[in-house]
Amino acid sequence: MNMTAIVEEQTVSNWQRFRQSHFWHSFCIDKVAQISFLVFVAYVIAALLAPLMAPFDPYDPGSIDIMNSELPPSWQEEGDATFWLGTDAQGRDLWSTILYGTRVSLMIGICAVMLQAFLGICIGLVAGYVGGKVDSLLMRLADVQLSFSTMMVAIIVLAVFQATFGTQLYQELAMVMLILVIGIAEWPQYARTVRASVLAEKEKEYVDAARVMGLRAPRIMFRHILPNTLSPILVISTVQVANAIISEAALSFLGLGMPVSQPSLGSLISSGFEYIFSGSWWITVIPGLVLIVLVLVMNLLGDWLRDVLNPKLYKG
Amino acid sequence: MIVQLNESLLQIRDLYKRFSISGDFLDQLRFEGGKIKRHQEHVHAINGVNLDILKGEALCVVGESGCGKSTVARTVMGLLNPSSGSISYEGQRIDNMSGKALMPYRKKMQMIFQNPYASLNPRMTVSETLAEPVQFHNPKWSGAEVRDKVHEVMFSVGVDPSWGVRFPHEFSGGQRQRISIARALAVDPEFIVADEPISALDVSIQAQVLNLMMDAQEQRDLTYMFITHDLSVVEHFGTRVAVMYLGTLCELGTSEQLFDSPRHPYTQALMSAIPKLADDRPNHIKLQGEVPTPVNLPSGCVFHGRCPYADDRCKQEIPQLIVTDSGTQVACHAVEEGRI
Amino acid sequence: MALLEVNNLEVCFGLRKGEVKALRNIDFKIERGERIGIVGESGAGKSVLGFSIINLISQPGYVSQGEVMFEGQNLAKMNHQQLRSIRGNRISMIFQDPMMTLNPVLTIGDQMVECLMEHRTISKQDARNIAVQKLQQVYIPSPETRLDQYPHELSGGMRQRVVIAIGLLMDPDIIIADEPTTALDVTIQAEIMELMLELCERNNVALILITHDLGVVSQVTQRTFVMYAGRIIEQGPTKEIINDAQHPYTQGLINALPQMGVRGKRLHQIRGAMPSLQSVPVGCAFRERCDYAIENCSHNVPDFTESGGCKVACHMVAELKREEQAVKLEIKGGAQ
Repeated sequence: MNMTAIVEEQTVSNWQRFRQSHFWHSFCIDKVAQISFLVFVAYVIAALLAPLMAPFDPYDPGSIDIMNSELPPSWQEEGDATFWLGTDAQGRDLWSTILYGTRVSLMIGICAVMLQAFLGICIGLVAGYVGGKVDSLLMRLADVQLSFSTMMVAIIVLAVFQATFGTQLYQELAMVMLILVIGIAEWPQYARTVRASVLAEKEKEYVDAARVMGLRAPRIMFRHILPNTLSPILVISTVQVANAIISEAALSFLGLGMPVSQPSLGSLISSGFEYIFSGSWWITVIPGLVLIVLVLVMNLLGDWLRDVLNPKLYKG
Repeated sequence: MIVQLNESLLQIRDLYKRFSISGDFLDQLRFEGGKIKRHQEHVHAINGVNLDILKGEALCVVGESGCGKSTVARTVMGLLNPSSGSISYEGQRIDNMSGKALMPYRKKMQMIFQNPYASLNPRMTVSETLAEPVQFHNPKWSGAEVRDKVHEVMFSVGVDPSWGVRFPHEFSGGQRQRISIARALAVDPEFIVADEPISALDVSIQAQVLNLMMDAQEQRDLTYMFITHDLSVVEHFGTRVAVMYLGTLCELGTSEQLFDSPRHPYTQALMSAIPKLADDRPNHIKLQGEVPTPVNLPSGCVFHGRCPYADDRCKQEIPQLIVTDSGTQVACHAVEEGRI
Repeated sequence: MALLEVNNLEVCFGLRKGEVKALRNIDFKIERGERIGIVGESGAGKSVLGFSIINLISQPGYVSQGEVMFEGQNLAKMNHQQLRSIRGNRISMIFQDPMMTLNPVLTIGDQMVECLMEHRTISKQDARNIAVQKLQQVYIPSPETRLDQYPHELSGGMRQRVVIAIGLLMDPDIIIADEPTTALDVTIQAEIMELMLELCERNNVALILITHDLGVVSQVTQRTFVMYAGRIIEQGPTKEIINDAQHPYTQGLINALPQMGVRGKRLHQIRGAMPSLQSVPVGCAFRERCDYAIENCSHNVPDFTESGGCKVACHMVAELKREEQAVKLEIKGGAQ
């Protein structure tokens, strides 16, 4: 065996390994994936840097002047140069509000999906690995959960909460409540995906090898099986974040989401809806476009990931 | 039995294994004659196997696909629970032990798998894969000690220790099988069950792996239970051979005895079917019919439907293993009665 | 004129890491009724060769050079229409996994009748009769009832018999069998190989048997090609190759087989593994694993040298032969 060649190959770093991978290569040749990824990164940066980028603070009532309400975007005739995208009905700068709203929407989307993923992965792993009665029970539970639509569960829970504890408390806890409701309502998606991959992985001999070693079930599940089911988890995560953002927007539009004082993209759209027929289209349309583009790029990224990580389509 | 108990390492007694193929409880319910009845169907994978594995030997279990040889291996390793019967290691029953009590035996018994592409975790580097059993069974060892041990086993199977940072997919099938063997050897076992370890490999690589396993046996005083369908390998590797058919043991003997004078009609057919080099015309014993399904086992001797020597007794009575004059153990009425 | 003549065939696969030559300089002829074996390890290109004969290589592979002459027509240059009239009709193929050939949702009869009516203008009843007759030829009991069964109702051995019957359906001139018995048990493998041998002899069909199993080849074929890293490295009468292989690789391969009657000894092993086709070394592809490699092996690809009845692609053939004879003489001398 040629020793020098082996030693040379040793110096290949993880970065170089990544550069040579199928993943990186397919990213390099896919224009749609590149653009989607850039747009998504731009959204994340905008959300993270919202306090620095926004010219006004929409959460600070002191900086809002009601006299500035319903100003159109600056490129229109009546527009004001200080408010690039115009203002909403309360006189908030729309650009700043959208930046903060994106932050809220992404935050809710990502946190809700993390909650979903945590619940779904744990339940899916247990159901798939243990099998038998536990599996039947957990999966029937998932079926029951899925038979209620997410929106129905969310509307009932949020409406009941609002009615019992009052609007004041609700507004304070809105974000946490939304994350909990969306997170809990959608775990079966993860549980089913994870269970299916676990069932496939469980049959492979490396799992038997781990059992022969005497490892305990939790260690086999989390250390051996889980890393091998990450590809499908990654794929549904991108799509689920988009779904969660849409759910949040829909709930906010129905008045059950984020309060107007801390608007998300959904509540912005909703708040502008009353004024759309009075000619102030921008309050609804601009956040709407922002939302659509965000959801679109996430779905495109999810599609691309699915194609790349699908071993059946993989061709070296 | 001629086998003396004091030298046997592992004893399999009256082992039965059934798998339900009727799905879960709801699928089993049938509506029949106005009543709901529970219907269950089973695959009878192992039907009463008695086998002793002696210290230091390489016992080969051969048979065609579906004969239950892999199920025996997996039951011995505790990957499956027997439906009835017992498995003892050095006189101690291990088939009903709890996970904790079994731990010392986990260290003594290891397994090598068939498919080198599935038996290594694709997300773990070779070092991680090999370090895991070492660390797990020697929790007090320091990191350096574990690393030394990993290097030692890698070296002993002919894999360069500096390759440890690589992932399994970067290796060829033969090298992966070496790593698989290294993982089994890492905890210094006494007994290794090898489930078709070379059948997924190319001919030139098969020889390498087989030699490696023979070397390891010599250096470490290992006992092997070697599951295979390839009889030419058996003759080369095994000291004793057990032939299985449809979940039962047909014949058991040293490889010399078995290859020189097979007694059971099935063994004879199996031996004659091996493709030999420099053989002008295939000249093998033809069996009638096909292997019956293990769902509805034939009554009596499971082989009677295909056996040229079968008579009425074979159709009713299950033959037991008897010791023949040549020293092999055969489960066949015809041999017992001297008809063959 | 030979039935099939492959001249200087080269097959490339266009991968993103660049062109990979899966086959190089393949030259051989097959006469009518002749049975040849193509032996090699996985990745040696033997299946690609089987597929490229009937121009059935899938993307991104393509024939980049050479020709496949079948009765004076070049299959490598034919269009789909012309190929269809040859594939399955004059040249048929049998695969390792019977389920690759059989459609699981159609009965066996439907599949056979469909195939017959595609290539010939006959009535459905006639087609059925031919199908029954072919199933009888492969010794399938009660063929009429089998015709109405689905593939999953048959056992593995029966399925492979049906596939062979389908392969024989159009009375082809050549059958290409790609590892036809690898998925089967030993006893069934022996039956299937005997059946194929008998059918080929009776119908005067040429057989190209692609396999990794030298034992199977030695029982069935008359000539053998040994492939290594996309090339044929040794070819000749099967008997000579088995008994007196010239190429160090073939020798190693035969010695690596566990022999009947030899017990407990270490097997001869060839060190290392076959290079992947992406990184076939310059010169002789086998030189890194070869005990006899000389300077020349790392520069020039060896040409075929005639040695006895065989053609061997090795620089050291003459030397090896001399050495072998010396050993034989010595043994003789010792005996005297």
